[in-house]
Amino acid sequence: MTAKRVAAKRMAPKRKRLWLLVGSLAVLGVAATLVLTALNDNIVFFYSPTQVAEKKSAPERRFRLGGLVEQGSVKKSSDGQVISFKVTDLARTIDVTYRGQLPDLFREGQGVIAEGSLGADGVFIAREVLAKHDENYMPPEVAKALKESGRWQEGSGKK
Amino acid sequence: MPDLHFLANPARFRRFSQRVLPALSFATVLALAVGLYMALVQAPPDYQQGQTVRIMFIHVPSAWLAMAGYGLLAVLGASLLVWRHPLAALMARATAPVGAVFAAVCLLTGSLWGRPMWGTYWVWDARLTSMLLLFFLYLGHIALSRAYDNSDRGDRAAAILALVGVINLPIIKFSVDWWNTLHQPASVMKLGGPSIHPTILVPLLWMAASLTLLFVLLVLLRTDTEIDRRRLELADLQA
Repeated sequence: MTAKRVAAKRMAPKRKRLWLLVGSLAVLGVAATLVLTALNDNIVFFYSPTQVAEKKSAPERRFRLGGLVEQGSVKKSSDGQVISFKVTDLARTIDVTYRGQLPDLFREGQGVIAEGSLGADGVFIAREVLAKHDENYMPPEVAKALKESGRWQEGSGKK
Repeated sequence: MPDLHFLANPARFRRFSQRVLPALSFATVLALAVGLYMALVQAPPDYQQGQTVRIMFIHVPSAWLAMAGYGLLAVLGASLLVWRHPLAALMARATAPVGAVFAAVCLLTGSLWGRPMWGTYWVWDARLTSMLLLFFLYLGHIALSRAYDNSDRGDRAAAILALVGVINLPIIKFSVDWWNTLHQPASVMKLGGPSIHPTILVPLLWMAASLTLLFVLLVLLRTDTEIDRRRLELADLQA
């Protein structure tokens, strides 16, 4: 065996450092994946009406409810202080009541996230309401044209 | 891809940067002027957000560049630790504060957009939290690289942080798909093409290109400065 081949057999230091780096990153990646998977329930920002129904969480426990504001469901009380609406994930629906200021983007057919708790009667009492914006951007004329041509899909931006 | 190895030598890098800096500065100013006109004047308001959509023309490119800058830090970290390229440490020192500023701009503009649109300045959802973490990783990199009297040791510690933190990049990108978040999912880089109307998409991409020029310009300028600083440091040691 020539000296050259012996040297080649022992890994060059650069090679070694490169493999060490690749190996460490792979281990780190696996560790991060495991941690994030384990924490999945705490990382999600809101629960859909279906998830809420499955979980049957205790009344009075605070959580966030997310979904679309059902078309035609928004009503104001006679004094205009309390707003009620339905949040739907197109499979299940939950009634929500809220007293306070709504964000600009709160609209029927748009995404919404309400923080609060379920009452004994199954109505969700929201303490805070956030509007969720979808990933569609267009000028008003284009939105109008889409609606007129019937190619508009309500809530299509939501996954 | 052209072979960029020749740039790993600081003296040769210096000659290269001196040659491109004037044209690059000119192109950056021109591109930004045109981009800001497109974004602030020419682009139409959004059907839902109205004029507030204009914040996106700064917010989104800042987010992209903050992430790309961190990717660059990681590549520089690897080339310092594995190949011991002399320029990598200097360029990393030059890049980190620029990336940190872009991350901060992303967080601030996002917050200002969130208040009228979502109804809140800040929530702890996966996207916002991972982006804040990116900003802290930049701050950590800056602090760590300056934490030792011997700047080589600082460079190496910061390089390790850059490589560990790179795990956060896919988390930022896919946070909106893996978990539900208040932040909306991707509009531009997604399967099936962008869901942004061309009248809004073109100014966005133009701004992204202009701010990329600005990012590269700042990194080149700061790397030149770092080369000078290092030379003075070495001269001091010899004196």
